[in-house]
Amino acid sequence: MQTLCNVVLNRRMRVRCRPILAARVFVCALLLCLGSVHSWAQQNDQQQMRGLDEQVQEIKSDVLSIAQELNRLEERLLYPSGSQVAIFIALAKGDQMRLDAVRVQIDGQLVAHHIYSFKELEALRKGGVQRIYVGNVATGDHQLEVLVDGKLEGGADFSRTERFTFRKEVKPKPLGLTLAGPNSGNTPIALGEWQ
Amino acid sequence: MRTPRRLIAIGVSLALAAGSATGSDLKDLYFGEALYHAWQGHYFDALQRLDTEVAMYRGLDQPELDTLHFHINDAEFSVGDFELNYRMHHRAGRAIKAVLEGAVDEAVRNEAAFRLARIHFQKGQLDDALTALARIKGTVPVEISDDIEFLRANVYMATGRPSEAVKVLAQLRSDESLAGFVAYNLGIALLQDGRPQEAIEQLDKAGRLTTADPAGLAIRDKSNLVLGTILFESGNFERAKQSLDLVRLEGAFSNQALLRAGWAEASAKQYDRALVPWNILAEREPTDVAVQEAMLAVPHAYASLNLHGRAAITYGRALELFSNQIKRIDASIGSVREGRFLKALIREETRQDEGWVISLRNLPDAPETYYLMELMASHDFQTALHNYLDLEELRSKLITWKTSLDAFEDVIRLRAENYEPLLPQVDAQFRKLDSRIRVRLEQRKHLSERLKSILTAPRPEFLATAEERNAAERIAFIEKQLGDSDNPGTVALRQRAARLRGALTWRLETEYHERLTAAHVHLNELKAPVDALNLQYEAFVRERQSATHSYVGYDVQISRLRERVSDGLQRVDSLMARQGHMIESVAINQLQARRERLVAQQTEARYGIADSYDRAERAQSGVEER
Repeated sequence: MQTLCNVVLNRRMRVRCRPILAARVFVCALLLCLGSVHSWAQQNDQQQMRGLDEQVQEIKSDVLSIAQELNRLEERLLYPSGSQVAIFIALAKGDQMRLDAVRVQIDGQLVAHHIYSFKELEALRKGGVQRIYVGNVATGDHQLEVLVDGKLEGGADFSRTERFTFRKEVKPKPLGLTLAGPNSGNTPIALGEWQ
Repeated sequence: MRTPRRLIAIGVSLALAAGSATGSDLKDLYFGEALYHAWQGHYFDALQRLDTEVAMYRGLDQPELDTLHFHINDAEFSVGDFELNYRMHHRAGRAIKAVLEGAVDEAVRNEAAFRLARIHFQKGQLDDALTALARIKGTVPVEISDDIEFLRANVYMATGRPSEAVKVLAQLRSDESLAGFVAYNLGIALLQDGRPQEAIEQLDKAGRLTTADPAGLAIRDKSNLVLGTILFESGNFERAKQSLDLVRLEGAFSNQALLRAGWAEASAKQYDRALVPWNILAEREPTDVAVQEAMLAVPHAYASLNLHGRAAITYGRALELFSNQIKRIDASIGSVREGRFLKALIREETRQDEGWVISLRNLPDAPETYYLMELMASHDFQTALHNYLDLEELRSKLITWKTSLDAFEDVIRLRAENYEPLLPQVDAQFRKLDSRIRVRLEQRKHLSERLKSILTAPRPEFLATAEERNAAERIAFIEKQLGDSDNPGTVALRQRAARLRGALTWRLETEYHERLTAAHVHLNELKAPVDALNLQYEAFVRERQSATHSYVGYDVQISRLRERVSDGLQRVDSLMARQGHMIESVAINQLQARRERLVAQQTEARYGIADSYDRAERAQSGVEER
């Protein structure tokens, strides 16, 4: 590309008048000179940027490790396994329902109410699973009520409520809720128990 | 040849994004959760979760019983992918190497080798990239087979082996997503290989590919721009113009194409036709290099057409534009020096969409960004910008965690204040209850053992009632009192006592089976309350333990974490300052370079005005003389 620009400049110079030609030669020389200084500076900058990039990678690694330890601490302190319950939301594979909001109640208490952004909905559609709630319940049987609001492919509103009973044992209890539109042939709100 | 490499990298990453681990038939919720964050571009959160999950899986005695087992290969790859997307190339390389060296099947190993090669290529480690590619043998997953060959060709091009790149690319029959890139790169490889005629034909093909994909359209424009330039260089102005005309007017390459199309016309002495693209260009964004070049090209064309008056006016416009732009750049340099550029960068709304680098242009209080688009497009600068943003994100996380640690300590303190006065009383009460429970359980155990033993050796007296036991004891006492005397009265009494004993024995013997059954029934009836008691006992022990665990044993961990967070924050602050300074100085250097170019153009415009007036005057006096 550099040679190409020179050719272009040369062609322009050939058809210009003499005073401008003289000035242009000077300007070109100046630009070339500046260009080389600039590219040297650029190389130097590039090296420094790469050096910094290495350090940024190191600190990212350290902060990730802090985050993991902090997570373990948080889990131990706030959600011990004896009482931990976690609720996950997934969309049925290939379902085109536009999920707007999900509300979750445990034993009549509202524990989660989430309104979905476009990005979150796309992440769910691609197969991601959202942890909508993590909290504590006593061992024994509990009532779970899930309310889903959304829009169907045709634009019609869709709302569904389901109630489930789950049993909390001594180990942590993950509950997976799979949501689907009513025309998909799947159960609109299905509760799956996970290990 | 950096440009083709960059284009190739884009193609490859898009292909991978589409094919990375998805949640089809998901069996592990936590893996799904990591994907959920990754799909939203939250790679830190995704990594944090998946790393923990994979580490836990690796620590299991029987990992095959864990749900992550169904996705472990995907999970390992995803860790590498997330690290790559989070610009942690070193760790990404390590993660993928781990897959490569693990006990995995051929297809998985080949995919890992491809990914490793891609990382090496992106980092400019070309020999390592070739070594990784050489490890690909046997079964290759169909969905990446084109990407592998495409990458191989690019490594060849980057290592100065264009003839080998040509061989690979010529055989590659890729789908639409890569077709434009393959065709363009083949043209460039032919050019590098010293086969200009074939390169021209190939670039011509690449410039005529039918596509609706934005990336495909962009590479088609680039093919036409490069082809037009090559033809222009070889003096084939007419054909050069035809190729340049194929570049879309609204695409990223349109300004350069318009500029070169004008030069193609001007070189063929068609100045009036050169004015058409140049005049279009002159109306565009005045910060663009091509637009600024066109501002001088337009009067040059007028001068060549002997329209010196018009030339003088348009040189005047150019002069005004250059002067304004120099002022603007000066303001931008000042703004960058005041730190406004970095402030604009870290604003939350700046990063809402993926094209945040582009949207920086629209920030009203960041005028400097207008002149930094070229710089921003460079890989190193973008990495620096991303790193700066990542550091800002890390900084805000670390500050939040500092607060979280304070909150955790508060929770622990409050729990201690709550439990410590209560627990001694609870423990004392529990000890009493515990001893009573133990006694009763021991009794039950003893009874159960007795019943078991009399099943094999019947002992009817064991099933006597309390009254019967008392009666038996009294009879035995009376018999003892009566002794062995032959006194008739005593003998009569002894006989009565014997009858009584006989009656008792009779009852015990005849009712034995009935009583044994009843005893079993009663013992079994105790089972339910004893089980309930045991459950309650265990629940209490657990709760009691968790009460202690809720506030004891955290001090060391929290103080260690606090230290790590503070240390991390210090390092992030220091790195941010250095990274920010680097970004600012590179930006200022770039702005100064553009300023110098504008000053040169300003000088040229001044000469142009003077020259045009001079020529106009001479032309006028020539006419008058005649």
